[in-house]
Amino acid sequence: MEITVAQAIIKFLQEEGVEVIFGYPGGAVIGFYDALYESSLRHVLVRHEQGAAHAADGYARASGKVGVCVATSGPGATNLVTGLATAFMDSSPIIAITGQVRTSVLGKDSFQEADITGITMPITKHNYLVKDPDQVLTIFKEAFYIATTGRKGPVLIDIPADVFMAKINYSYPSNINLPGYKPTYEPHPLQIKKAVNLLKSAERPVILAGGGVISSFASSELIELAEKINTPVVTTLMGKGAIPEDHYLYCGFIGMHGAAYANFTINNSDLIIAIGVRFSDRSTGRVDTFAPNAKIIHIDIDPAEIGKNVIPYVPIVADAKLALQRLKEEVESKDNSKWLEQIREWKEKYPLKYKNQEGVIKPQYVIEKIYEITKGSAIVVTEVGQNQMWAAQFYKVKYPRQFITSGGLGTMGFGLPAAIGAQIANPDKLVIDIAGDGSIQMNIQELATAVTQRLPIKIFILNNACLGMVRQWQELFYKKRYSCTLFDFSPDFEKLAAAYGAYGRRVEDPSEVEDAIYWALEKNDAPVIVDFKVIREENVFPMVPAGGSIDKMMID
Amino acid sequence: MKHTLSLLVENKPGVLARIAGLFSRRGYNIESLAVNTTESPDISHITLVVDGDERVLEQITKQLYKLIVVLKVNDFTNFPVVERELALIRVSSDSNNRRAIIDLVEIFRASIVDVSEKELIIEITGDSDKINAFIKNLEPYGIKEMVRTGRIVMPRGMRLNSK
Repeated sequence: MEITVAQAIIKFLQEEGVEVIFGYPGGAVIGFYDALYESSLRHVLVRHEQGAAHAADGYARASGKVGVCVATSGPGATNLVTGLATAFMDSSPIIAITGQVRTSVLGKDSFQEADITGITMPITKHNYLVKDPDQVLTIFKEAFYIATTGRKGPVLIDIPADVFMAKINYSYPSNINLPGYKPTYEPHPLQIKKAVNLLKSAERPVILAGGGVISSFASSELIELAEKINTPVVTTLMGKGAIPEDHYLYCGFIGMHGAAYANFTINNSDLIIAIGVRFSDRSTGRVDTFAPNAKIIHIDIDPAEIGKNVIPYVPIVADAKLALQRLKEEVESKDNSKWLEQIREWKEKYPLKYKNQEGVIKPQYVIEKIYEITKGSAIVVTEVGQNQMWAAQFYKVKYPRQFITSGGLGTMGFGLPAAIGAQIANPDKLVIDIAGDGSIQMNIQELATAVTQRLPIKIFILNNACLGMVRQWQELFYKKRYSCTLFDFSPDFEKLAAAYGAYGRRVEDPSEVEDAIYWALEKNDAPVIVDFKVIREENVFPMVPAGGSIDKMMID
Repeated sequence: MKHTLSLLVENKPGVLARIAGLFSRRGYNIESLAVNTTESPDISHITLVVDGDERVLEQITKQLYKLIVVLKVNDFTNFPVVERELALIRVSSDSNNRRAIIDLVEIFRASIVDVSEKELIIEITGDSDKINAFIKNLEPYGIKEMVRTGRIVMPRGMRLNSK
């Protein structure tokens, strides 16, 4: 039986196991939305296409499944761009479906036309412009395969309006033929042997776990390996959650605002087993002084990451889970007690800390209280900036996919829509968006989405009335010339919440902090905003100045 | 150091844009480019000349392989290859110097493909050095226009690798 391409896509999505899509209609996708009208596929109507992309991304990160978003041609498609770039930088599997102008007017600068495949080429793993209706299903199958295998990432499919309406025979495409795409999963046995031998002679080994460990569901393999060789584990920001933070071998996350003891651990190590990391500049600081005495075993599924930023001693192209399993099978147990003792001393001497002050709310205090009251079990989504770093430092997570943040691109405005995706993926879990007063205003319109979907997301704004991270840089490196970072206006977030039909509350006194958190946690039928008026001048420490060596931190 | 890369890619729309975009956004420079069909209609052939040390080249190769449309990347830099470029050169010429130019054309085994009162169009194929040498010899007569293809290469049948 012949059905329209639009109907076929929806049928395919359901057969592929997609339960929800995030989108926003428009002229070029009317055909798709018409087919959706009579389908059982859940559609979440966002209020801005950027929100759809971030929500799909948050859904993917929280669930490990593919996130799907839909937008119309032209401005709808270009509004997805930041979301795609965010997902691309953090290797998050999402499928973006965009409408395009009719094939007969393609390339003529038609109304709402944008060359979205051209625009998104550098920020997608792959993209397609579908002109032949008979190719649609094959392309969708390929797109899902590409997005979810190897190093995961976003794939965009651009479909002209007339193609949506063309009739095709539906059959689920079971074969894919991608001769140019063959990810390597199994580690090479010789490389594993080399790694095992290096480990034997190492005196100060450390495991560096990144987002790849979470992406490949390799957390338990990581912990088993670490325990077998009694080796400390540090993570990158994206690796947070790969190992429970109360685990005896966990030693913090490294980098610009990482724990001092984490940076000391990695920089004084003589062997780094790096898994699913890309040695980003925010993690390594100055590369030529990064872990100067360490040999690096670099395990990553993306061959292009190996040797890109640091030169490894043993490169291993493989899936994190398989590589960790092989390593665990072959390594011998190890006694690192002297090394662990040294790290314990660093932990004691240089803990993450802040000073409470009479009568003012410290942002770190707010996070600590949220952590205590939620017993460390909430899914924490963050915005970007100081709020993100304080959340990373003071909210200790227990399991993978519990900490969701825009690491690579550093996208302000990511938190709220990503929290929507995370909450939809986990309807029974507590989802918190740690926000700043700057970031939250970048996608505040998604509050409407959260309200209409009755999502009880807790939005905790650390409101310091400024763009805190840039303000901090200006204070420290630009002679306190606070150019355009101090807000002299802030919306009344309490009223703003009310206007949207959400719960809102402002907190100005430290003594109210706990009560406000309990109050927020009680609400379960709508989102909650708690606007914590925190001290403006608080800085994130430790801090490695940009381009500096990661063991040369400003501690406070 | 200059490297000659030979790529097999899927013959699909936008392939060249993907490759060119990759080079520009990662800061690599393409010095020469030739794109052709192959004996298979689904596969195109791209020959690129790029400048960079071993590490840069390794990154370029790996990044190219990340493109779904790229099937094979060969670095023919240290391989015995047949290397060819083609150039069309419009050179000023009148009855006084025509003979001298024809002599040059014969020495370089080029050919004259168009003649008019005041100019000639010469076609030459060969490796870069030969074409550069020919151009240098023609310069005194006045080159008015020149069009040159990118380099194409093919590995030789007898791979006389010294190693």
